[in-house]
Amino acid sequence: MRHLLSTGDLSRDEAVLLLDTAEEMLSVAERPIKKLPTLRGRTVVNLFFEDSTRTRISFEAAAKRLSADVINFAAKGSSVSKGESLKDTALTLQAMGADAVVIRHGASGAPARLARAGWIDSAILNAGDGSHEHPTQALLDAFTMRRHLAPAGDRTLEGRRVAIVGDVLHSRVARSNALLLSTLGAEVTLVAPPTLMPYGVASWPVETSYDLDPVLAKSDAVMMLRVQHERMNAAYFPSAREYSRRYGLDSKRMAKMPDDAIVMHPGPMNRGMEISADVADSTRSVIVEQVTNGVAVRMAALYLLLSGARTPEPTPGDAGGVLSDQTEGQA
Amino acid sequence: MTAYVIRNANLLGDEVTDLRIVDGVISEIGRDLDTGDAEVLDADGLIALPGLVDLHTHLREPGREDAETVETGTRAAAVGGFTLVHAMANTDPVADTAGVVEQVWRLGREHGFCDVAPVGAVTVGLGGSTLAELGAMADSAAHVRVFSDDGKCVSDAVLMRRALEYVKAFDGVIAQHAQEPRLTEGAQMNEGELSGVLGLTGWPAVAEEAIIARDVLLAEHVGSRLHVCHLSTRGSVEIVRWAKSRGIDVTAEVTPHHLLLTDQLAATYDPIYKVNPPLRTADDVEALREALAEGVIDIVATDHAPHPSEDKDCEWAAAAFGMTGLETALSVVQHAMVDTGLLDWAGVAERMSAAPARIGRVATHGRPIAAGEPANVVLYDPRATRVVEPSDSVSRSRNTPYRGMELPGRVVATFLRGRPTVLHGAVVEEVAA
Amino acid sequence: MSAHTPDSTSPASSDPAGGTSTVVLDAGDISRALTRITHEIIEKNRGSSRVVVLGIPTRGVELGRRVAERMSEVDGHPVPYGSLDITMYRDDLRMKPARALEKTDIPVDLDDRVVVLVDDVLFSGRTIRAALDALNDLGRPRAVQLAVLVDRGHRELPIRADFVGKNLPTSLAEQVKVAVSGLDERDEVRIVSARQVAPGAGTR
Repeated sequence: MRHLLSTGDLSRDEAVLLLDTAEEMLSVAERPIKKLPTLRGRTVVNLFFEDSTRTRISFEAAAKRLSADVINFAAKGSSVSKGESLKDTALTLQAMGADAVVIRHGASGAPARLARAGWIDSAILNAGDGSHEHPTQALLDAFTMRRHLAPAGDRTLEGRRVAIVGDVLHSRVARSNALLLSTLGAEVTLVAPPTLMPYGVASWPVETSYDLDPVLAKSDAVMMLRVQHERMNAAYFPSAREYSRRYGLDSKRMAKMPDDAIVMHPGPMNRGMEISADVADSTRSVIVEQVTNGVAVRMAALYLLLSGARTPEPTPGDAGGVLSDQTEGQA
Repeated sequence: MTAYVIRNANLLGDEVTDLRIVDGVISEIGRDLDTGDAEVLDADGLIALPGLVDLHTHLREPGREDAETVETGTRAAAVGGFTLVHAMANTDPVADTAGVVEQVWRLGREHGFCDVAPVGAVTVGLGGSTLAELGAMADSAAHVRVFSDDGKCVSDAVLMRRALEYVKAFDGVIAQHAQEPRLTEGAQMNEGELSGVLGLTGWPAVAEEAIIARDVLLAEHVGSRLHVCHLSTRGSVEIVRWAKSRGIDVTAEVTPHHLLLTDQLAATYDPIYKVNPPLRTADDVEALREALAEGVIDIVATDHAPHPSEDKDCEWAAAAFGMTGLETALSVVQHAMVDTGLLDWAGVAERMSAAPARIGRVATHGRPIAAGEPANVVLYDPRATRVVEPSDSVSRSRNTPYRGMELPGRVVATFLRGRPTVLHGAVVEEVAA
Repeated sequence: MSAHTPDSTSPASSDPAGGTSTVVLDAGDISRALTRITHEIIEKNRGSSRVVVLGIPTRGVELGRRVAERMSEVDGHPVPYGSLDITMYRDDLRMKPARALEKTDIPVDLDDRVVVLVDDVLFSGRTIRAALDALNDLGRPRAVQLAVLVDRGHRELPIRADFVGKNLPTSLAEQVKVAVSGLDERDEVRIVSARQVAPGAGTR
């Protein structure tokens, strides 16, 4: 692993390795000294083009627990046309000797661009890009599910049933989870109103449903996605009330879930919209635990990307070969 | 003016012959012509085509001279085998008055690498609300016949109807950039399986097809002719086919890149592949190739859209739409159409020279290679190959999507009214009249 | 393990690749060595009541378990044992690809205990250096002692073992391979000339 851009890039073995490593990292949090010397002398830059205090803090804690030096680089303003370009920012970080760049960006593919454009040779960790992916969130979700749902000794999620409910269309969390959980053997069902289901979802390794109730009854984990109120104005659904009634998780609905099923939410929650307060605070909710696990998973990712020797990778500067292959025989 | 005798050129891939060029005119065609004091060009193995005509070029001047100028753009055109390019109106200021179109036209004449026919804006400032002075542009020295808000769609149906009607007075044509604006808000790439996976906002085919369908019906209703810019989907082909079968006076163009590249390239997130309309699926590419061969699509037009490096050296969403294309157009058409057996060289001449000149109502370009015709001629070596290097480009911009690809063919010489603008593959500098 | 068969009569055999492989401790030797080490630990600490045994993965964990169980048998009360992964404390992390972590399992609070580290082979001493650092982050034992099955010499740091199963003079061209049943087919220590090392057993 050179970068962590998409959970789709992870093989099952790599995904399991990340989760196993996170398991060890989690135990560090229980020790008197919550720090390891592993990344001493390494520099991790948190490059956040979007505000996300929780994700940034989580990465910062992870890097610091591994003794890396952390630089927080908040690129102000979401307008990329103003101010410094991504390229110039990357060149600056390269000159500063960043070993890893944790990037959060509003544009899908910005981390991939950083990894491939040749501006910087740091390891790139995608901390959420546009409506593309958020791999460490999916890893922490899978990690949390594995701790709760996998029988002892099972390092995958083989046969576990996971429902992901809400604004799948705009959700990077849903994309990363759909790919990762399938890789780990889980059966994923995406639940959303048709307007919030991505075009072409039939090609994803998941089931889909427009109806929440029948899916709840056969789910080991239910992940509620944040739904932004402004989607309403774009006619994705008629009203918050109607959305909540059809796709929100309240205690009445939760009662339909199997006894040991868990409720998850990547946060931040809209209480009363996609999840009712009593569900969020119930004993089935593992939402707070997700936060704890987030640090461990990010420690694992940083450790696996940064601790070893840099393995050289062919530079993709010349896409010619790929191009010719793709265009051959189209006539 | 130097006289030339071109030896053993393969005329449209059909017949090997000599050409004599004197005083800007093809004076004689036949075997074993006397050389006299003419300069002799050995064209053994080269295809002779009429000078290419592009109905869709962005020269960026005035306003974005950092991306391209009339001079650099027409040099690139000459290298690509073009003798006439239509310069799109989305400059700054917009080419929506006689003054701007005359300036662009004059710059083309002055530099002398390639004729420039300015395209006039349909609406003032491309604003989509008020008709520009179409008649004044038509009557100007630039003699504008093609009007387009390219880059933006004339989405207002009433305005489109009026424009279609109004240009009938001077035999003009509206070249529509078919893109339903509400369906493409924030759109980044073809809406399909991949856009959902990549998290890039989708650009549905229906956004193009709905406008084309509306426009052909409008054109039929008011009895006007309509030109559809850079058609990109199978559905669009079907609509144009249907319209033609009803006798609607519609013509359509396809870009070289839509004949070759697919939306799969977006998976790189490299905005060099970001273009409007977006690259579509392999199935669409197949449909476009067939339609071009069949004649449902009338012409190839480059949509040469130069951008400075900073507009592409960034994340996908922040990047500008567009690709350069003048210098690679003929090679891509050879690769996609000729080498695949879909089109012969006479067909290439029709779709890249004669038909675009007819649509633009240009009398002096797109003529057959025949005695007495203006000497606008390209000599092309179809057996050559090259690996595209952006740094080789003579355009001011480097945003070619073919970087690193091996493409067939090479323009050896371009003659504009008897004067070589390109010889032995290189621009001839002293061409200004 | 190599092609050397258990019932082979010769202690040395020719390796297919041209190297040689010699069994230096067999299962009986190992068992006796661990028993002796057990008694030495009890003697040195005047019993085992404050002792915690921590094996260093991979093979040290199994050896540590055996030592702790022997101590329990001798002393009549359970001796806690666990494992201490030193990967994240290694000084050569940047020289090799990222490694998977092994389990760290600390059975009791280490403060004021006597920690007996158990490893299979003592060589450069770097592993033990890393283990001492790791211990430092886990608590404050009263004392740390080191037990190894084999001490092969060639120390690069000022570290010595308190309890040694066998001192084994080796050349740097040789490798010491320890096999322990449970992880490997059988209990065995062999010296392999550097030409060929069979996969499987741990090599030091």
